[in-house]
Amino acid sequence: MTGRFGTAVLGTGLVAAVASTLLWLRVALLGVPARPARVATGATLAAAGAAVVALEVALIGHDFGVRYVAENGARDVPLYFTVTSLWAALDGSLLLWLVILAGCALLLALRRDERAGLLRPWAMAVIGAVTVFFFALTFFAANPFTTVDPAPADGPGPNPLLRDHAAMGLHPPVLYAGYIGLVVPFGYALAALLAGRADRVSVAVLRRWTLVAWSLLTAGIVLGAWWSYAVLGWGGYWAWDPVENASLLPWLTATALLHTLLARRVAPGATGLSAWSVALAGSTFLLVLLGTFLTRSGAVASVHAFTASPLGPMLLGFVLLAAAAVLGLAVWRSGAFRSAAPGGPLLARDSALLGNAVLMVVLTAVVLTGTLFPLLAQAVRGSRAAVGPGYFNRAALPVALVVLLLMALAPFLRPDRAPDARALRLPAAAGLGTAAVVGLLSRPGLTALAAFALAASVLAGLIQSTVAKAAAAKPRAAAAKAAVAEAAAGKAAVATAAVTTAAVATAAAGNAGVANDAVATAGAEATGAWRRGARRLLASAGLLAHAGFAILAVGAAASSVYTVASERQVTVGQEVHAGGVTVRLLGVERGARGGGMVARLRLAVAGGGTMEPSLRYYPARDMTVSVPAIRSGPARDVYATVLGAAEDGTGATVRLAVNPLVGLVWLGGATAAAGGLLAAAGRVVARRRGVRPARVDRRPAAVGSA
Amino acid sequence: MTPRRARLLVAAVAVAAAALLVAAGMQGTLTFYRTPAEVLHDPAPAGQRVRLGGTVVPGSLRSEGGRTRFLLRDGAAEITVEQSASLPGTVREGQDAVVEGVLDAHGVFRSDTVMAKHGNEYRPAGPGEAADGGAAR
Repeated sequence: MTGRFGTAVLGTGLVAAVASTLLWLRVALLGVPARPARVATGATLAAAGAAVVALEVALIGHDFGVRYVAENGARDVPLYFTVTSLWAALDGSLLLWLVILAGCALLLALRRDERAGLLRPWAMAVIGAVTVFFFALTFFAANPFTTVDPAPADGPGPNPLLRDHAAMGLHPPVLYAGYIGLVVPFGYALAALLAGRADRVSVAVLRRWTLVAWSLLTAGIVLGAWWSYAVLGWGGYWAWDPVENASLLPWLTATALLHTLLARRVAPGATGLSAWSVALAGSTFLLVLLGTFLTRSGAVASVHAFTASPLGPMLLGFVLLAAAAVLGLAVWRSGAFRSAAPGGPLLARDSALLGNAVLMVVLTAVVLTGTLFPLLAQAVRGSRAAVGPGYFNRAALPVALVVLLLMALAPFLRPDRAPDARALRLPAAAGLGTAAVVGLLSRPGLTALAAFALAASVLAGLIQSTVAKAAAAKPRAAAAKAAVAEAAAGKAAVATAAVTTAAVATAAAGNAGVANDAVATAGAEATGAWRRGARRLLASAGLLAHAGFAILAVGAAASSVYTVASERQVTVGQEVHAGGVTVRLLGVERGARGGGMVARLRLAVAGGGTMEPSLRYYPARDMTVSVPAIRSGPARDVYATVLGAAEDGTGATVRLAVNPLVGLVWLGGATAAAGGLLAAAGRVVARRRGVRPARVDRRPAAVGSA
Repeated sequence: MTPRRARLLVAAVAVAAAALLVAAGMQGTLTFYRTPAEVLHDPAPAGQRVRLGGTVVPGSLRSEGGRTRFLLRDGAAEITVEQSASLPGTVREGQDAVVEGVLDAHGVFRSDTVMAKHGNEYRPAGPGEAADGGAAR
């Protein structure tokens, strides 16, 4: 019953999507009122929503006559993970995809005409075409509602990796929202090509959607990294897996897109888009589609990949078709969106923003090559090859370091001149000081050392410029306060460098106490400066994203260089040591758990506390999952996993790792995403109050500074 | 320099940089998939990392002193694999496994990474499995 309803709803959605595409096309071509088109868009969302509700009803009601439930449901799965198993496998996740896609379309369709730009009808037609394809894909090739006869009494449940962590309810929807939200910039870019023009309002809509989608994508990627760290039990958070790369690639081009959209704002007299922005918005969603193909076709070997499915050829066809359409349109309209050649000296604002875009495109090319190489090698030479993390670390990290360097300059960029060398003294000193201290205390290697130094100068520069701006914002006592601000800025920047250095140095030495003291002292000094700058910081919240990436860089570099791990086979009573941490095996409990088996270790940590990593076996999926136990602290995480447990419960193989500063990765990612969202919100607030953003040429170059 | 030439220069530098990074990055970081037969007949240059896939021969899995030895079979060819760390509980006799490492001079494959292959990862259970409640195969 639910099955038939679901199939009918999917069919209705397909029809509604076709209708909405045609109706919006009619609006674009004939200029007729958009009301019927809006209704069709609303009907599309209603159909997608009804399909999701139907599948949830079937999942929660254990209706094993529905194929998706028979394959992914089970009676012993807790309600939360039954609900989230909607996106635990291919067919159901397409429904989530559809609902988000249709939701984006409706949000855009409901905007008032004067605030949606002249390009909206074209953009809606493009989004409609994408929606038609995904409805057709779901309806014809991956319908989760087909019936199973006779219905089984129980199912195998969702993949065990997807029913152990609360992030299951958060990571996929957030990632999807960011991923699919990029369809709106794509729609507007194609609309600009189709119409051969652009207007200010359209560009503003494009920019805001990019900003929000970028923030969600950032949050989704970092949540995924955290989940990988907390669930997969291999000890790391980023493996350059094809599926991880699939989410990173559009993120890189979207970052470049954001920066090109900023460059346009300063070009005097420019009203339209630059060719760069159009190309980047187009390729960003093409990369989203390519990523979808890679992850859903079984084309690449990956821990996340869904196995081979009939969707592969259809998706590949659509990717190629979309790429051909974008390329054809771009050639047809070449010259319509002439990019203003950045004038002025090197390292003036516009050339730096262009430099960022070039770097991001290079980074995209490097990551894309590594991701597609196994496919190409197999097609050309017939040999199967894997590209390991070594490639990405060697080829992508140097580019990332140059990006950090540019980020350090960002607060000081000016529209027509190179940055003031005097303003750069402090960040430079902070960076060099950090490099000297960290380099003397430990041998982290050149890449990590450069990352620490550059991150320190990014943070120092951000604080210096924020404090200076906060002081300049008070007009009366400006002159008197300028000197004070200068001094405060210096103090704060030095404090930042000290925090970075102290934290890193401590992580290297494995001594948490000193780091905490240093952080506390430096933090107290910095607080006053932060408070004064807070208001200005909100105004240019995009710079917060820069701070987030500097923090992330410190965490990533420290946790990759200073991690200490050891692996030992121990019997009860024996100890494992790693990085100054000692754990003793107290016992192994074996037991049954929801039809599966579980071996839970009790480890006593020297200095108090226990950790309980476990090994779970799921017979329905014939799969063993090693669930790590993590003790997180500000300076380091202690991370224990079970690699194997003796049958008689007398011993086990334990991996114990000490990961310094890994928490900074999550903190930095969250800060970056928050920066993006604040920048988007700041824009909305400014518009509501009818305030035109201040002249841009006094603004720092940042992601989405208002 | 005209804007057009400047733009071409930027593009050329970017392409060159990307090509250089890709070429440098690929040096020694590629791992090729081989079957036991291919490795035995055509040993890769010493020290080259290889990913080896096959079935764990029943009755060959032995672990002593933190080391694990087993035979990996593919059709007719068999190769001895020695794994320095103890295996994760996921590799069992008769199942497929992929190991990564280097072939030593004695024809023993020294592996440092074992990846158990799960044929049913994300794959919908077959009709038979679904009908009998998804019991283990």
